[in-house]
Amino acid sequence: MLYKLINDNKFVAKVIRMEYKVVLEAFEGPLALLMHLIEKEKVDIYDIPIAKITDQYIEYIKTMENIDLNMTSEFLVMAATLLEIKSKMLLPSSGKDDEQLEIDEIDPREELVRRLLEYKKYKAIADELKAKGDIQNRVFFKPKEELEEFMEQGDFELENVDFKELFLAYINVLNRSKDEKKEINLTEIQRDELTIEDCMDNLEKLIKEKEKIMFEELFYNDISRIEVVIMFLAILELIKLKEIKVIQEQNFGDIIIKKNINNLR
Amino acid sequence: MDIREIKAIIESLLFTWGDLLSLEDISNVLETDKKFLQEIMDEMIDDFNFNRRGVQITKINDNYQLSTRPEHFDWIKKLCTPRVNKTLSNAALETLSIVAYKQPITKAEVEIIRGVKCDKSLNTLIEKNLIKEIGRLERTGKPIIYGTTDDFLRKFGLSTLEALPALDEDNLEEEGH
Repeated sequence: MLYKLINDNKFVAKVIRMEYKVVLEAFEGPLALLMHLIEKEKVDIYDIPIAKITDQYIEYIKTMENIDLNMTSEFLVMAATLLEIKSKMLLPSSGKDDEQLEIDEIDPREELVRRLLEYKKYKAIADELKAKGDIQNRVFFKPKEELEEFMEQGDFELENVDFKELFLAYINVLNRSKDEKKEINLTEIQRDELTIEDCMDNLEKLIKEKEKIMFEELFYNDISRIEVVIMFLAILELIKLKEIKVIQEQNFGDIIIKKNINNLR
Repeated sequence: MDIREIKAIIESLLFTWGDLLSLEDISNVLETDKKFLQEIMDEMIDDFNFNRRGVQITKINDNYQLSTRPEHFDWIKKLCTPRVNKTLSNAALETLSIVAYKQPITKAEVEIIRGVKCDKSLNTLIEKNLIKEIGRLERTGKPIIYGTTDDFLRKFGLSTLEALPALDEDNLEEEGH
């Protein structure tokens, strides 16, 4: 067995690949990878041995290339940043007098350290959130209860009227309207001659005068399609506002529109 | 009405409603002062916990909802086979924690902290209704700003944003050295 393993170079290579893959896939970005290297080396984050970490970092992204992992450009940017820091560290500090040196000398690693710490903070929180989420995943909540069947159907005053009837009546009128024969002017956008509000006012006036009207009566024969639509919407709106009642005495009978006496307004 | 009766009514309201019920609604139903009800709700949460009831009252901001307890999951599971919620990827979790603490925050600001592009994880979080667009910043490009949702609080068992785990501020202080 051992013999076989040692001789099977392919297998060894595979193991190495697998190992890398597992590790590498866990990195969410260059900062995560860097953090991992720093933790692995157990070095002080405030005093990163930049040469060593840079070498390791570049080693890793080389491996990533080799095993065809999707490497985003951010990883390369970070490699460049690391190399820049490394080169800055190699430069002898400018030979000014000591006092000024202390003020001027900014550690080239500082910005990187700041970013790493900031990132580390949120990474820790992400782990905590995950733990909380895992617990909460085991809790059952109910969606909003369907209460419709317990509720009174008081919203619409539709006494004995099948809504389908109202709709069919509407379709009936729609078919009767002569709109199809009219030529449509395509070049001009016409202003609505009739608005729903106008129509509602008219309807209310009519009902005040006549006390009740037949649904069909409202749609005289040469009414245009758009007028039919507006009239129908006006009726629905008035029903909603509880200004009118719509009553049908018997199946397929005429639909009568009346003022809603219950409405105290 | 004595307190026991009030509590009983609230319990029935929560049961009937199912979803999150606002303190406002409870107060309207009972015609009782909200501040007083707030105390009652806190007491009820404690009562439920103390008596080790099978349901608990979950509080999210000023909304309340009945839910089961996580420790009973394995029993409830035997009744049905719950869909296993796909857990969030590490990338999405990181992004989510940054948004949670730094909200309102733009995509660019999240990306600076994470050091990688975050479009994908932000979209995942929006899809899962954990974060949402809460507006746009009045500056060049009008970038979208993001914040967390109530669903986020519920999914992570937090009653308010203040209940988020404390950031490791030690690091922040040391930063300045």
